[in-house]
Amino acid sequence: MKDVQNTRFTAVGKNARKIDGYGLVTGKPMFVTDIDLPRTLHVKILPSPHAHARILEIDTSKAEAIAGVACVLTHKNTPSRRYTTAGQGYPEPSPYDSRMFDDKVRFVGDRVAAVAAETEAIALEALKAIAVRYEVLPPVLSIDEALCPGAPVIHEEEDATGIYDASRNIVADVDIDAGDVVRGFAESDVIVEMTCETQYAQHTPIEPHVVLSYLDENRRLVLRSSTQVPFHVRRIIAYVLDLPIHQIRVIKPRIGGGFGAKQEVLIEDLAGLVTLRTGRPALLELTRHEEFVSSRVRHPMRVRVKLGAKNDGTLHAIEMEAISNTGAYGSHGLTVLSNTGSKTLPLYNKAENVHFFGKAVYTNLPVAGAYRGYGATQGYFPLEMAIDELAERLNIDPLELRRKNHIRCGETSPIFEKLGEGREGVAFTVKSCELPRAIEIGAEKIGWVEKRGKRTREGAWVHGIGMSIHMQGSGIPRIDMAAATIKMNEDGSFNLLVGATDLGTGSDTILGQITAEVLGVPSEKVLVISSDTDITPFDTGAYASSTTYVSGTAVERAAKEVREQVLSVAAKMLGAEQANLTISDERVVAPEGENVTLAEVCQYAMYQVDQFQIGATSSCVPEESPPPFMASFAEVAVDTETGVIKVLKYIVAIDCGTALNPQMAEGQVEGSIANGIGYALTEEMRISSKGRVRNPTLFDYKILGSLDMPPFEVILVDSYEPTGPMGAKSVAEIGINGPIPTIANAVYDAVGVRLTKTPFTPEKVLAALRDRS
Amino acid sequence: MQIRIIVNGRPVEREIEADMRLLDLLRDGLHLTGTKEGCGEGECGACTVLLDGQAVNSCLILAAQVDGKEILTVEGISKGNTLHPIQQAFVEEGAVQCGFCTPGFIVSTYALLKSNPAPSDQEITSALTGNLCRCTGYVKIVDAVHHAAKLMHQKEGRSRRAL
Repeated sequence: MKDVQNTRFTAVGKNARKIDGYGLVTGKPMFVTDIDLPRTLHVKILPSPHAHARILEIDTSKAEAIAGVACVLTHKNTPSRRYTTAGQGYPEPSPYDSRMFDDKVRFVGDRVAAVAAETEAIALEALKAIAVRYEVLPPVLSIDEALCPGAPVIHEEEDATGIYDASRNIVADVDIDAGDVVRGFAESDVIVEMTCETQYAQHTPIEPHVVLSYLDENRRLVLRSSTQVPFHVRRIIAYVLDLPIHQIRVIKPRIGGGFGAKQEVLIEDLAGLVTLRTGRPALLELTRHEEFVSSRVRHPMRVRVKLGAKNDGTLHAIEMEAISNTGAYGSHGLTVLSNTGSKTLPLYNKAENVHFFGKAVYTNLPVAGAYRGYGATQGYFPLEMAIDELAERLNIDPLELRRKNHIRCGETSPIFEKLGEGREGVAFTVKSCELPRAIEIGAEKIGWVEKRGKRTREGAWVHGIGMSIHMQGSGIPRIDMAAATIKMNEDGSFNLLVGATDLGTGSDTILGQITAEVLGVPSEKVLVISSDTDITPFDTGAYASSTTYVSGTAVERAAKEVREQVLSVAAKMLGAEQANLTISDERVVAPEGENVTLAEVCQYAMYQVDQFQIGATSSCVPEESPPPFMASFAEVAVDTETGVIKVLKYIVAIDCGTALNPQMAEGQVEGSIANGIGYALTEEMRISSKGRVRNPTLFDYKILGSLDMPPFEVILVDSYEPTGPMGAKSVAEIGINGPIPTIANAVYDAVGVRLTKTPFTPEKVLAALRDRS
Repeated sequence: MQIRIIVNGRPVEREIEADMRLLDLLRDGLHLTGTKEGCGEGECGACTVLLDGQAVNSCLILAAQVDGKEILTVEGISKGNTLHPIQQAFVEEGAVQCGFCTPGFIVSTYALLKSNPAPSDQEITSALTGNLCRCTGYVKIVDAVHHAAKLMHQKEGRSRRAL
């Protein structure tokens, strides 16, 4: 539900129907594999059985001899350039430590070879016929092992670049401070410290990674890919395969969820090379098993937070240390680590002395990458538990302690400038923050005053409530770039062309709504074409909660330019002053009431006088990253006999600026909370002592189903971000930060134990209860 | 081997391999690509179709097993260009995000509302427990099923009145 209905707008702030909704509910062929191309080859990958090994010999002759095998790829016959699979802006802040194929494998599931064949069955048979002789190397299977002096070196290759210290398995090292924490702690009356660990977790988009590649009629390579970053795919694949960028076209059709997993350029190189070698279409679709074992996961982290406060509850010093496990390759290693500090610490800007430092380390474990929340989720776990602990030590209500210390409208934090995406950030002032209202609404809905600290019992079940507060960002300032093109058609409709990538989020719909709002037409008159590198203008892609704010601003600017052109043509037609004209109901109206329809304006411009195409392209590189804010509350019951935690109720009050489409904004929050509750309670990739994922199925890796969802309510708090398009800022990621600390704090309220390792399984709860007694 | 089935009301005869999955027959053989594969092991429900009225995972059933039977896929739910009330409700309630799981949910909902035209929250979440969605958190899907039930009830009322 919406806190206060926004009435300033006609097209935004309304629940416009999802523009791809009709096709999706009727099962129209909209996804990568829903089209068939004749003579398509099927590509399968041979995964490494070892966590760490050198390939001494690889014999593919038997595989190549199998009828129906079109080509076999290994390190011997493929490009050897090192690159990063991280689909980030150029130059990427991730190390160039990956190759299409290497003579060394670094995790169970790493690429050894690939086969393209007439059928999937033949490709699988051919994989079995590849003979590989390995020299098995000692593996590094934890962050402690990785940092141990004398640990096996995972990336000793000389041609890798961008690694902080390969000889010590350190991908990235971050160390920034504001003020002086040593003095800060010395001056503090109360100090608390908390260390938490998070697990290996996978995005599990229901559609796995998939790409269909083919040559067009001019022999250009087309990659129809399930990606969040079509333009980065084009650039990175051009580099890897040594092709000019203009020889590649990337098309993103509808895609079945991403959550960061598809910010990775994971498979397009293989399908693309098969197509280049054979001239034939190639389909590469990861299985669910491969999705768990060989794609990307969330960085497991160990994060320590130390807080110092004055007796009156003013935070005085914060220290946060994060050790992040990037697995075998350093994709997003530096930036996720940076975000652990940069998206959490500014929230408590009353602390004058702040120190954030940490390392991202290689292990011979599954490869981490971008995942909704992007490091902030891991940082909020100890931070928001430590705040609760501090409140208890100071004997202050946790709500009050947070109110006293959180950032407010008109304020800034030195962290904004000190810590950006793997480099310095950008200083800015927060211009919208309805966190106080969010806390108030959430507290009322959960019954904070009545229920907190009551420890109501029902048999072995004890009830508790907890909360936490959060911020995220809206895009990456001075790095992200988005562009939009709008052109007018002679029936008064408009084409909106955006590079922005709708991965199910509804961005095509809301970008259309922005256009409709500025141009005074119904949303149906805006035809949105997105994510085709040949047709649409550039956009960095769907990540960092950027699309609404960054792409939305580009769209708003383009629409305003087009509006001016429309008005100038209409002024000529009506013989009126342009400044006095308005657009409403698809008409340009002069003060005295004479008017022309938008269709007439376009026809005039196209066919009659001073002919030209009404249209414009605009760009946006944001100067700041306005944070959305959220207060998250839960009521839980803990079974003291079995250790089971039941979430009875979950309340989220969120300030995302103007909700351009409230229903879709709620949907983003609901989905991220569901994902977050799974991450808090059930989701965990279990890894064997040899580095093998032991539960690579949706049966053994438990994501929440409809029966598992607690009753919950999302409140969109009325807010307006002056720098955003129509007052909007981001909403996509922030929700996932809430469940872990919120549930942990509720469990503490119920049974007095601090859970410091996710997921909060019954075993861990029971162990914590035992330790306490 | 030869099979004869009815798919979305139309008779189909096909020569198939004995090990072909029903999912592959639908997607590759009949180009009914609305039915999706999300896991291939019966866990996600993206491949749900109705087999003689029962919701099943088409990735776990061989095409050979359905000889003589009737299949309904998401493509068979709407009539012409008019959305079925379930589809209309999914769009209106915002129950669709990426849409990859949606065909499976719509088919499961169709089966549920056939047998239980006014289900409770609990009955809905139980009936849909075989369908996973990673985007929505299920809130708006449950809303959509309620909304669909109402739309179907109204429609039935209208057609009864028309008689």
